[in-house]
Amino acid sequence: MSIDLILFLVLALVAVATALGMLFSRNAVYSALFLVLNFATVAVFYVLLSAPFIALTQITVYAGAIMVLFLFVIMLLGAERLPASPALPWQRPLAIFLALVLIAETGYLLLFRQAVTATVSLPQTDVFGSPSQVGTALFNQYLLPFEVTSVLLLSAMVGVIVLTVRKKGERE
Amino acid sequence: MDAALIWEWVIKALFLIFFLLGGFAYLTWYERKALARIQVRYGPNRAGPYGLLQPIADAVKLIFKEELTPSMADKVIFILAPIVTVVPVMLMAATVPWGPPIQLFGRTINMSVADLNVGVLYITSIASIAVYGIVLAGWSSNNKYAILGGLRASAQMVSYELALGLAFVLPILLAGSMRLMDIVTKQAEMGWFVLIQPVGALIFLIATLAEIGRAPFDMPDAEQELSSSYHSEYSGMKFALFFMAEYEKMIVICAIAATLFFGGFLGPGVDKWPWLGPIYLLAKIIVLLFLMIWVRATFPRIRYDRLMALGWKVLLPTALGLVFVTALGILLAEAVNPAMLWIIPLLSLVAGVLAVGVIERALRRKEYARR
Repeated sequence: MSIDLILFLVLALVAVATALGMLFSRNAVYSALFLVLNFATVAVFYVLLSAPFIALTQITVYAGAIMVLFLFVIMLLGAERLPASPALPWQRPLAIFLALVLIAETGYLLLFRQAVTATVSLPQTDVFGSPSQVGTALFNQYLLPFEVTSVLLLSAMVGVIVLTVRKKGERE
Repeated sequence: MDAALIWEWVIKALFLIFFLLGGFAYLTWYERKALARIQVRYGPNRAGPYGLLQPIADAVKLIFKEELTPSMADKVIFILAPIVTVVPVMLMAATVPWGPPIQLFGRTINMSVADLNVGVLYITSIASIAVYGIVLAGWSSNNKYAILGGLRASAQMVSYELALGLAFVLPILLAGSMRLMDIVTKQAEMGWFVLIQPVGALIFLIATLAEIGRAPFDMPDAEQELSSSYHSEYSGMKFALFFMAEYEKMIVICAIAATLFFGGFLGPGVDKWPWLGPIYLLAKIIVLLFLMIWVRATFPRIRYDRLMALGWKVLLPTALGLVFVTALGILLAEAVNPAMLWIIPLLSLVAGVLAVGVIERALRRKEYARR
């Protein structure tokens, strides 16, 4: 077994364990922390695939910004204790159904389409996945999706401001 | 990957950790001494000459103090929080280059623990992790003051991360690289980035003050209103860890600021004698630390809504403008004439003056409304 494979297996174990911990803990703060650990593990996966830029972006955006806001809201509302029964009654059957669909699709792909499981050789150079290369790809090859995403985010931001702004004279 | 390389990393990492620990101890002495001088006092002067043994006495006291855990606290997170606060600070210091590569025992040794090609991004991502310690400490203490402090800390840090991130972009743009070593070597030919982007350096320093929760932005642990908030339930060594994190953060952030804007280890004669590099960097760190202490001695704590307004309405737009100005200057310098680079400091000063004018006007309007 190569070192990469051992690392991958250990990390995969951690990733699955933290994901399960997030699902099954009865305390929202613990759930959030498990999710942070999961994000960190995924970031290490990216490092293993020699993409440090994506790895650190993952940590900055998900663990650093989004989950801090999650924790902030959980603490602000004092909503640590999760209710024992699910709030939406139709959620569980739907989730089981969708999970079965996902398993069927994955099984089909793995069994009947050998191409997707073929090993991809990674270019192990210093340049691969470097910030400059990611930037060049982002602004040349993927310019349109990148710009569309940015417009989408901008409109979401404008929407939030419109929803939360106080009109003049409405104070107190 | 040979054994010597691993030994090199281990030795460098240990050296860095011991430097930060010793730096923490003597930074407390330095701060108390400098504050005392500013307030016309003597400061610590009993333990040893000039009070130099005071940090050791403090450490002994903290180790032997009783540790309390509140009975209703969330024990696991309560113990975890101080550790989560300290570790990212030490990790952050790993990318700072302390000098040009040197030859030792026939091998080339980089003077930083890790010379990453995404160094700046690494710093921002680790800095964003550092919030968790404070937030979790506030939550797990099961204390109203503590949780208020935790909430304040998370809101403040997330807000100022934006301005800080944009301030990080400026040296990246100027150097064309995220590697800290490249940023320093670029400053050898272009001059320190604080000269090219003075307002950017100022925004960086202000935003880092808020990010590490130092006065006048020490809202998370405002003693008078929240009774030290997030660490009010902590005692003994656990409290010492929070204390340590704060002071190590100061050292690390000053090292990063010196590297990004003040030429890092550069200085006269550093090409000939590489051992001067760490000395220059240390000198710059000490000067910047004095600046932080000076700010603490001078300014009162600012109100929370003003803190948020400053971060979102002044620093963030100004930093965005500076990014635009810097990019414009670089493009003009490439396309027209290298001398056009001087448009960057000029326009950045204009942006800074505009920002100060906006604050001034807003404050005067409030004054007028009150009358």
